[in-house]
Amino acid sequence: MTLLDDFLIRAALAGIGVALAAAPLGCFVVWRRMAYFGDATAHASILGVALALSFDVSVFAGVLATALAMATTVSALAGRGYAMDTLLGVLAHSSLAFGLVAVSFLQGVRIDLMAYLFGDILAVGRADLAVIWGGAVLVLALLWWRWSALLTATLNPDLAHAAGIDPRREQMVLTIALALVVAVAIKVVGVLLIAAMLLIPAAAARPFAATPERMAVIAGLLGMLAATGGLQLAFVLDTPAGPSIVCLAAGLFAASSLAGLLLQRRRS
Amino acid sequence: MSEMPGETRRMSSLISLDGLTVAHGGNTVLSGVSLSIAAGEIVTVVGPNGSGKSTLLRSVIGAQKPARGTIRRAPGLRIGYVPQKLHIDPTLPLTVRRFLSLPDRVSDTRAAEALEQAGAGNLAARQMSGLSGGQFQRVLLARALLCNPQLLILDEATQGLDQPGSAAFYQRIEKVRQDLGCAVLMVSHELHVVMAASDRVICLNGHVCCEGAPEHVASAPEYRALFGTGTQGALALYRHEHNHSHDHGCAHEHGHGHGKGYPHEAAE
Repeated sequence: MTLLDDFLIRAALAGIGVALAAAPLGCFVVWRRMAYFGDATAHASILGVALALSFDVSVFAGVLATALAMATTVSALAGRGYAMDTLLGVLAHSSLAFGLVAVSFLQGVRIDLMAYLFGDILAVGRADLAVIWGGAVLVLALLWWRWSALLTATLNPDLAHAAGIDPRREQMVLTIALALVVAVAIKVVGVLLIAAMLLIPAAAARPFAATPERMAVIAGLLGMLAATGGLQLAFVLDTPAGPSIVCLAAGLFAASSLAGLLLQRRRS
Repeated sequence: MSEMPGETRRMSSLISLDGLTVAHGGNTVLSGVSLSIAAGEIVTVVGPNGSGKSTLLRSVIGAQKPARGTIRRAPGLRIGYVPQKLHIDPTLPLTVRRFLSLPDRVSDTRAAEALEQAGAGNLAARQMSGLSGGQFQRVLLARALLCNPQLLILDEATQGLDQPGSAAFYQRIEKVRQDLGCAVLMVSHELHVVMAASDRVICLNGHVCCEGAPEHVASAPEYRALFGTGTQGALALYRHEHNHSHDHGCAHEHGHGHGKGYPHEAAE
């Protein structure tokens, strides 16, 4: 395991793990128009960090719990008077604010807030790697297991019902997967940029995909490219790693959109 | 009310509702609806907007929990469901072939067969988002036929099709019924076309107003109170036309006034 002694190798493996888990889930976030939902869940996790530190439990557990609580709150409140984007806007930003305030109460514990907001991928240790890959494998297994049912429920809830699938249960599966990805990705890109890792590779994959499966695979490849390339970029240019990864992903998105336009023009 | 002899209905009923009451929030949408569907019959539910037609179908497929009453399905009943409207997000790449394998994978031969039955034989490789309204409906029908249904349920399946298009669609439904021997339960606004293709019509307005053979219902006072008297002649016309081939165009030239079927013109 001398390979893992190199912090850059550990960082690359962490980035690849997050990209792999985020890509297929990100496709569902795009298809179901849950972008804000992902954002809200991610922002709430800073509150989880604060709670975890004050109760002295693992950050992973704290983040997982708050992300789950946030996601279920949103699902429960949906359709009760406020439009979804209003509701999510309220919850996303207020949970971030509460989280930041809660962190400021933590006396004695010196925490580097920036590390949680923007990630600290270069500080990923072996234990972190185990958590990241464990979580990523769990998310992939969950999505693999429910894939068909999730797709059907995404198409149309009534269609799902007619096929004996409960769309609320599938929503719950996505919620759990989302909480897991947030908990896993917080160390890598930080709460503010987790949604980017979900959305950007999936959106960039769209022009090149004819089926949902292909879109998920292409998103995974683009995500891994962004993670490893962004890390290299950060190393060469001496820039923060998390944001560099997202910048590269955004560049890939721009290139793919352009290519998509050209493809479309040639076809018509 | 019914002209159907009671024993035929009880003999082989695929599904039977008894005193079904459904409420949305505080509003009672359906109250005390009892009906049953026998193998192989085409039953159409007609009724003004907000009369609970879609709620009735959603209850039958299990997407809507009843407040009171029971829904009894024949053991192992296979239901094919064609939803009212299916919005597929443009970010979701989906070929017709892949769509047919949701949620359960089907073989290429089975898919081709269903597409052929639904009159969508050459569409397998197309993207769902690129289909016309008529093509889309035929693909939805093909998907519903995959499970070799004993009961085919269509919710306003011809919404957005022009009149020749929907007449052709209903003729196809009748053909499908002949080929598969399945029962059909459908909802429609297009009274004349639909009633011509039905064995039995149920006139719904929160409760079952009247039911029976199309001619019987069309002359029932309850039906006339809802829809006016205009449809009687048109019904005869379509029945007549129905015996001939596909030349739907001729129906228009008789000028029977499509508008008469709507409730706001029902005042006599």
